[in-house]
Amino acid sequence: MTASAAEPRGEDVAEGEHTAYLPIDGAKRKAVLRQSLSVGIATGAYGISFGALGVAAGLTTLQTVALSVLLFSGGSQFAVVGILGAGGTGSAAVATSTLLGLRNGLYALQTSRILQVHGLRRLLAAHVTIDESTAVSVGQDDRRAGRLGFWVTGLTVFAFWNAMTLVGALVGNALGDPQRWGLDAAAAAAFTALLWPRLRSRDAAATMVLAIAVALLTSPLLPVGVPVILTVLAAVVVGLSGGGRHESPLPQDVP
Amino acid sequence: MSAWTIVLLSSALAYATKLAGYLVPESWVEGPRRSRVLTLLPVALLAGLVAVQTFGGQGGSLHVDARLGAVACAIVLLRLRANFLVVVIGAAAVAAGLRAAGWG
Repeated sequence: MTASAAEPRGEDVAEGEHTAYLPIDGAKRKAVLRQSLSVGIATGAYGISFGALGVAAGLTTLQTVALSVLLFSGGSQFAVVGILGAGGTGSAAVATSTLLGLRNGLYALQTSRILQVHGLRRLLAAHVTIDESTAVSVGQDDRRAGRLGFWVTGLTVFAFWNAMTLVGALVGNALGDPQRWGLDAAAAAAFTALLWPRLRSRDAAATMVLAIAVALLTSPLLPVGVPVILTVLAAVVVGLSGGGRHESPLPQDVP
Repeated sequence: MSAWTIVLLSSALAYATKLAGYLVPESWVEGPRRSRVLTLLPVALLAGLVAVQTFGGQGGSLHVDARLGAVACAIVLLRLRANFLVVVIGAAAVAAGLRAAGWG
């Protein structure tokens, strides 16, 4: 859901190919399971903050839980409730959510190589292709372990994230006035925490500064929600002009 | 757009994006420039969301209030490597405290 786990590194995958059909040994299996469960539970836990913010933004408990079950991508979910809570339009909320979710499509390019799934399993794998399942999967040194890590992490996050969303929505309803409890500020803090681990390169820092400038300068002029979409320009400008000058080409800035 | 339309439409588009990664040829997103833009996309959007959520008010006006204190607290906690939940709850507590004290 967040990028707190490392972003994937496609290059490592090919090295594990020859081990794809060997049985995975007990100690390694245990290590992968332990890592997957701890990432899954830790990530799922902050579904509680999403649940509380969802009802604070004016969604019903059922709508808030439906976002966690069906959308199942933390950044996009926070974007939807953040923009709705700030008075933005539905189309701005949907557009921002979708743009933020594009990275999951990139992750899927990598996990599809590791998983090699088809039919129903592919449909299920797509749904749980998120920051954490990808990071754990791509971080393994052979493909069997990568598959195990993907599924256990993805399904553990799914279970805990949804359960904790429900808890958060119930807590949020019980709290009442969201401003009194600082819940509106919690949304800003949640986005800060989602952004933080992505600021590892100078290109990322430059993109952030430019995006903040674009959002603040256009806010008084455009409908709520549109300035956030316009920040895409910051990624395009830095992405097309950057590289080379600031640092070595891309994958090296990944932890 | 009704709330349910927003929920279902954003979910459908999110799923379509994920599934597309399993179906499209990788060459569609190859190339250093294209992949750099795609990597920076969430950075830009999240930074824009931080800015708008921190300073934005009714009708696009900008304000400095308790939310800025909350985000400052979040940054301190993130520098201390605090867990996501600690960051969010700590920030909310700072905003609630500042408001209870009569500021923002």
